Amino acid sequence: MRFMTIVKSEEKFGFPPQELIDAIEELRQEGIKSGVFLDTGGLAPTATGAAVRLRGGKLSVVDGPFTESKEVVGGYAVFELPSQKEAIEWSRRFMELHRKHWPAWEGVTEIRQLFTPEDLCVEPEKRWQAEAHQ
Amino acid sequence: MQAADTHQAIDAVWRIESPRLIAGLARIVRDIGLAEDLAQDALVAALEKWPETGIPDKPGAWLMATAKHRAIDLLRRRTLAERKHMEIGRDLEEKQEDAARDIETAADEEIDDDLLRLIFTACHPVLSKEARVALTLRLLGGLETSEIARAFLVPESTVAQRIVRAKRTLADARIPFEIPRGEELEARIRSVLEVIYLIFNEGYAATAGDDWMRPALCEDALRLGRVLAALAPNEAEVHGLVALMEIQASRVNARVGPSGEPILLLDQDRSRWDQLLIRRGLAALARAESAGGARGPYALQAAIAACHARARTGEETDWTRIAALYDELARVAPSPVVELNRAVAVSMASGPAAGLELIDRLASEPSLKAYHLLPSVRGDLLRKLGRRDEARVEFERAAEMTRNARERALLLERAADCAGASPAQ
Repeated sequence: MRFMTIVKSEEKFGFPPQELIDAIEELRQEGIKSGVFLDTGGLAPTATGAAVRLRGGKLSVVDGPFTESKEVVGGYAVFELPSQKEAIEWSRRFMELHRKHWPAWEGVTEIRQLFTPEDLCVEPEKRWQAEAHQ
Repeated sequence: MQAADTHQAIDAVWRIESPRLIAGLARIVRDIGLAEDLAQDALVAALEKWPETGIPDKPGAWLMATAKHRAIDLLRRRTLAERKHMEIGRDLEEKQEDAARDIETAADEEIDDDLLRLIFTACHPVLSKEARVALTLRLLGGLETSEIARAFLVPESTVAQRIVRAKRTLADARIPFEIPRGEELEARIRSVLEVIYLIFNEGYAATAGDDWMRPALCEDALRLGRVLAALAPNEAEVHGLVALMEIQASRVNARVGPSGEPILLLDQDRSRWDQLLIRRGLAALARAESAGGARGPYALQAAIAACHARARTGEETDWTRIAALYDELARVAPSPVVELNRAVAVSMASGPAAGLELIDRLASEPSLKAYHLLPSVRGDLLRKLGRRDEARVEFERAAEMTRNARERALLLERAADCAGASPAQ
């Protein structure tokens, strides 16, 4: 099963301290050694980003920072794991590093299963039901 | 945290940590079975403690410390018992005290070596293939005996017995818990790679049962391959095998149709290929090549798989290069199956007649007598040459030979196609 974990927080906290970056790198190496990390990355601040929005039938392109959203995505990892509980455990370790090395920081890591093409092929009605039950 | 959540978390910690835990313990007690028992004891201790205390910051370290204490106790008790009988008791005690101190101070790198030792031991050639597979999945893949049984469609008691016997065989043969060196290393690595690829293939093209694939087994094999690649980064063929598995796994979603029927490579919807796995596979192949392993059997097969992965459509496939790679593979790892694949590549590069000529040379090959892909490929080439009656007979023969229900249905369908519409010429 494939999972994406996404870390979100307010941007006011700025850049993480070097100790945290080092600790995360260590965790990343551990994930690679465990054979479960497929991909991982950190995202640049939204100030350098842009967004394409669809609202009321109209498209608009907006430059960052994304002042509308409180918490923004800061990074992600893609895992291949036998079950979701291991994705939770890896995320717990990731957040534990934040607690230890960046006490002022607050945020959330979401664990989301990545659909395979099969999951996307089920009838829309069933998929809607599946989503409603989450 | 709710008690149920804690149990889930402990289960996850166990899956993540148990291979390293067992490996570290096996170094002190020099017995894989005992190491696993000690690790299990630590798990039981965690199941008792953690629901009250919460999960420790470093759950792996907690489990290791708990298991280590038990191991040291056990060794001391054993030494006392043995000293009564043996002159060398004193010496043994010292050695075991050393071993106990060792693990107290074991650095990460040593744990990595322990894990490598565990892989080499579980895949030791003294064990049968089935035993190696079961032991590897159990000790390194973190699978329960019941999960292994389900994956291989055998009774749980069979797997349990295989594991017990394998541990006994290793102990009886006094297989040292070590990383082989020198000339032995290459042969032993081959044995490990063989086990991993066997697991992958059982998932990728199930030899028996109703399902064409069991993707969870592919994932287990890939995980083991990636672990090994991280532990032995200088071994080119390890990267070659990982590359091969990553690229083959990229097609898992495209090679099975809506009702579970297999879809052959050239008929697959390439937009469904997993680009992340392809990217990882190509990177692993580059690592194999830069480690000097371009001509290794796994790297060559990965290079062939990469030719397909790089082609955006079936028509774009570089069959000339694939045929050349099969040529090379037939030289370094000759086998009738490789010859069969070479014939397919040649038929694509130079036409079905050229392929058929190579296939017909294999007709008398005894090892291919029960291999359904021989008549299947032959049928395919005959059909392309317009010899539909002969093609039908070959497809029917192939259908009789396969043990996979999905594949049989596909082959019978192809046979019916040949019998149906009258040939165009």
